[in-house]
Amino acid sequence: MPSSDTMSEVPTPEDPQGAPMDKTAADGALPHGSTPGIRFEKVVKRFGDNIVLRELNFTVAPGERVTLIGPSGSGKTTILRLLMTLEKLDDGVIWIGDRPLWHMPRGDGLAPANEKHLHEMRKQVGMVFQQFNLFPNMNVLRNLIEGPVRVLGLSKDEAVERARELLDMVGLVDKIDAHPTQLSGGQQQRVAIARALAMQPKVLLLDEVTSALDPELVVGVQDLLRDIARASDLTLLCVTHEMHFAKDISDRVLMFDKGQIVEEGPPEQIFGEPTEQRTRDFLQAILAT
Amino acid sequence: MTWDWSYAGDLVGPLLGGLRLTIAATALGYVLALALGLVWAILRRSPNVVLNQAVRWVIEFIRSTPLLVQLVFLFYALPTTGIQFSAFWTGVIGLGVHYSTYISEVYRAGIENVPRGQWEACTALNLPRSRVWFAVVLPQAIRKVIPTLGNYLIALFKDSPLLLVITVPEVMRVAYTEGGKSGFLEPFTVTAALFVIVSVLSSILIRRLEGRYAII
Repeated sequence: MPSSDTMSEVPTPEDPQGAPMDKTAADGALPHGSTPGIRFEKVVKRFGDNIVLRELNFTVAPGERVTLIGPSGSGKTTILRLLMTLEKLDDGVIWIGDRPLWHMPRGDGLAPANEKHLHEMRKQVGMVFQQFNLFPNMNVLRNLIEGPVRVLGLSKDEAVERARELLDMVGLVDKIDAHPTQLSGGQQQRVAIARALAMQPKVLLLDEVTSALDPELVVGVQDLLRDIARASDLTLLCVTHEMHFAKDISDRVLMFDKGQIVEEGPPEQIFGEPTEQRTRDFLQAILAT
Repeated sequence: MTWDWSYAGDLVGPLLGGLRLTIAATALGYVLALALGLVWAILRRSPNVVLNQAVRWVIEFIRSTPLLVQLVFLFYALPTTGIQFSAFWTGVIGLGVHYSTYISEVYRAGIENVPRGQWEACTALNLPRSRVWFAVVLPQAIRKVIPTLGNYLIALFKDSPLLLVITVPEVMRVAYTEGGKSGFLEPFTVTAALFVIVSVLSSILIRRLEGRYAII
């Protein structure tokens, strides 16, 4: 994994949501183990006549943390949604490790994946959504144990113990019996992060995870994610408009426009000395808002 | 024509007996409607076009024919094909199947109201199909439609006197039979009063339920 020592230090204000993450708790609760990389090979995605991704190629190394930036409609969220199988692939191949996500090997070639294959592949991937998407009919604990018990086959006791560790890590153990609607946006997103991690993914997708939060809650969630990224060996794909956060969390930034990568490089380069005019225009537009 | 209190009083016993059968048919018919309606609603969302169009037309057919015709058909015509139920169970099936088509639309509206993000979270967590429906989608969908489901319970209850044409000795048939002997004013009035009492009690019960399961 590339070093992040050269990143400019962003001052971290006091966490408005609770104690900063306890590193030892984090090490116990976070996924470790062989982490797969990701490879997009001539990936095409259309919505009707609108071609969102046209023969897109890129690779993310195992354990690498990559931020995708670009104007809306540039295809960055679609990339995450394809990886989470929320959208169907139109053409090309997406590899997670050495296995194609949307295909199964057949003879010398590849055949479209069936639901069983998708189910297996999805076990490696977790996603945190802009709108949290916690289940409002379940309390925090049930949100966290539903997947581990029903999908990973953990016993209820094991799942509850892991849920407690994760809630401890995100600073919300005292909310274990609360319902999502009783929590602030920042707290809901922390629970959603814990829920994604409870599934022990190897790849974590962050889709504009702080866009729906009140400004004063943004930093706390970002700090939590930064700590998680540094304490784990997750492969991380992050879509964000928050440039500080992108600098903080990523090894590499990919600038997208019209479904293609315009420019890529370490965050200091992309945000400091972008070479492409389109990148410069985009960053200017972001700063202006 | 004058109102005879002692005659009305004598009727209460037999009419309550009939009412018990009315309530039993309503309750069983409603349970059938709730269950079958759910089956329709889930099948209607099947990606299999043939299946979901077939279901759509079955529902349309059942909704476009009168309940009275369906009951008479089930009781008098169906037995000629060898399929026969007692009058009571024919009534339950008739009411249940008929109302299941309305209730499936209620479920459908409730299901469509569940935000897309909830389905997506289920995919991201890799939840099996059965858990998606029974742990996430339906609990949220049904909470929002409890008032409408309650209205259909009362509507079904008020349609239950139709069972008199297929010889079920429910409250209306009892009133009809008794009235034939000593005049119709008292039996029909008492019957109407009984319907009002049960309907009002049911709506109070439904409102309580609604309060308890109101979306949190």
